[in-house]
Amino acid sequence: MMKKKFMSLMLVMAMVLSLAACGAKKEEAPASDAPASTPAAESGSAFKLGGTGPLTGGAAIYGTAAKNGATIAVDEINAMGGIQFDLKYEDDTHDAEKAVNAYNALKDWDMQISLGSVTSKPCEATAAETYADRIFALTPSASSTAVTEGKDNMFQMCFMDPNQGSASAQYIADKALATKVAVIWKNDDVYSKGIHDTFTAKANELGLEIVSDTTFADGNDTDFSVQLSGAQTNGADLVFLPMYYQPASLIFAQASSMNYAPKWFGVDGMDGILTMEGFDPALAEGVMLLTPFNADSTDERTASFVKAYQERFNEVPNQFAADAYDCVYAYKQALEAAGCTPDMSASDLCDKMVEQFTSMSFDGLTGEGMTWDASGAVSKSPKGMVIENGAYVGLD
Amino acid sequence: MANKLKTLSKTSRRNYLTYVLVILAYLVLQLLSGSLSSSLKGMLVPICAYVVMAISLNLTVGILGELSLGHAGFMSVGAFTGVTAAVALQGVIPIAPLRLAIGMVVGAAFAALAGFLIGIPVLRLKGDYLAIVTLAFGEIIKSIFNNLYVGMDGNGLHFSLLSDSTDLAEGGKLIIGGPMGIGGIQKISTFTAGFLLVMITLVVVFNLVNSRSGRAIMAIRDNRIAAESVGVNITKYKMMAFVTSAALAGSAGTLFAMNYSTIVANKFDFNTSILVLVFVVLGGQGNMLGSIVAAAALTILPEALRQFADYRMLVYAIVLILVMLATNNPSFKSFWSRITGKRDKKEAA
Repeated sequence: MMKKKFMSLMLVMAMVLSLAACGAKKEEAPASDAPASTPAAESGSAFKLGGTGPLTGGAAIYGTAAKNGATIAVDEINAMGGIQFDLKYEDDTHDAEKAVNAYNALKDWDMQISLGSVTSKPCEATAAETYADRIFALTPSASSTAVTEGKDNMFQMCFMDPNQGSASAQYIADKALATKVAVIWKNDDVYSKGIHDTFTAKANELGLEIVSDTTFADGNDTDFSVQLSGAQTNGADLVFLPMYYQPASLIFAQASSMNYAPKWFGVDGMDGILTMEGFDPALAEGVMLLTPFNADSTDERTASFVKAYQERFNEVPNQFAADAYDCVYAYKQALEAAGCTPDMSASDLCDKMVEQFTSMSFDGLTGEGMTWDASGAVSKSPKGMVIENGAYVGLD
Repeated sequence: MANKLKTLSKTSRRNYLTYVLVILAYLVLQLLSGSLSSSLKGMLVPICAYVVMAISLNLTVGILGELSLGHAGFMSVGAFTGVTAAVALQGVIPIAPLRLAIGMVVGAAFAALAGFLIGIPVLRLKGDYLAIVTLAFGEIIKSIFNNLYVGMDGNGLHFSLLSDSTDLAEGGKLIIGGPMGIGGIQKISTFTAGFLLVMITLVVVFNLVNSRSGRAIMAIRDNRIAAESVGVNITKYKMMAFVTSAALAGSAGTLFAMNYSTIVANKFDFNTSILVLVFVVLGGQGNMLGSIVAAAALTILPEALRQFADYRMLVYAIVLILVMLATNNPSFKSFWSRITGKRDKKEAA
């Protein structure tokens, strides 16, 4: 009896270990496809570039996209010769505590330059760490103002939340998309709240009438009938959704079941809805969103990035992937311009990078002629997009 | 010395063993601090906070025998009030450890108040009501802090709910920003502060348990009717244990929050409460040393499993199941008692 139990325990252990081994192999497979990434792996010849992001859990689509985008850029750059990168992403499950743990794990790996964190709140926590440790960080997508506030070595590749809100209101007013607007937002989320506040302020200024302003929170984010009927009865002809794509997908489904079809307007968190598992893209037909990246662009660099991404990861890249891709190329440009070598210490690199980023201009997939001010915010212009036949199409 | 040890009761010996092990762990980690990985160093303070959480919940679950599913709610109260106090005093008290201590006391006081308030109706009832009410309490606290705005300027503190109408004067600073939580916290929590808090928690809990009140509390757990029949004031002693537990959780919350530059109310959700409950169940109900070990081990484990990448949480869950099976396995138990000798056998009997 006792032996039997012991045996079964051992068997379970063996199964777990073999499963884990499979997982590790699968993870490594794509990286080793690229011939150039092998020499870069040797220490001393490559810049150690690390980042944290939600690779598992509810926000995993963002972290995975950023990781994939950065991986493509690193492999391309390593194949070119010249500057070499060694990339490592750690999982932070969209949690500040885990993000600091992930950051410390990267520090143990001797990270030299950082890609910050993918989402806002974790990035606020890791930004304090990179600031204290003098490691330069450029986040692809953490858009809250608190991320860069008071830190000279923290830069953003994406718009700040307040800019997104006011840009959205400006866009709606400029294109005369609607006069009566409803807003549904998540009141326990930094990202949603930041955009909502600046959107409503700007909308009032521009004479857009906000007829319904309703909220939801974690835990009651599955039923939106109250918010939607509020918007419907108040006659809103456009609903602004400053939120991530999971609640938005439910909103679309419920609105369609109650035969409510206003214009929908989202922000960059909406990006990713088309690749969401189990979501019918037909529901998102006609949804407009403001994002700096257009996967359907005919621009040569974008097209080749989208092609490479599709080949390797079987999906259309979203804005997060493009932002992370741009981050790596921005690093390449800055490191080359400053004449940095991989044997330099993280704090030396940090000083050089601060100098470079505040003075250089960078052309990437998410914008031309991007510049950064000393606060770490980027200046670039957003693009309006609309979903047509299950794909993003530029509005202009 | 050896004679003196023998004359001590079994529980006292066990308590001293716990103290000694905690102090030893602290000294060893301090000596090794130069060679520790940043990963482990970064986890020391959260581990201390979780250890205090686990010990305090063990007081409610193991000693009082009531199930609490909202322990993270008290942690949240402690975190937000304690950090607010520490931030507000930043200009007045320049010494960081003192500010941290005041923050912890304030956090503990508010958490105790919250525990007292929900204890008044609930602890008079028989049955599992405490579990349900504390579950709701955790959610209520989360909603409150998600909608609370606290700002400070020259005129003192300003509060507002739902939207930011604090209307601060020039040079004012928003401390709690609703869903944004608290940002830009000065990191003043240290491992030494965490260690001291763990020691204080142990002293408080062990002395409470070994006192006349502690025996009354355990009598209520073991047989409520019998305890009532000999004149034990049920509500009073239940309240004593529950409020102590809440206060300790509050100070743990302050310690935890002051270790990160930012803290949001959503961090202290139902999952965190359950995580702490897992520490208690895994370590053994009523077993403080077990709680300490379980809290430390289960905080380090997910980080130690980082090389499994996407399968990390799967492996974590399986390890958890295996540990539960192993510690409850009779053959494992008999094997263990054979190693540790007579003492545990007597205990088992």
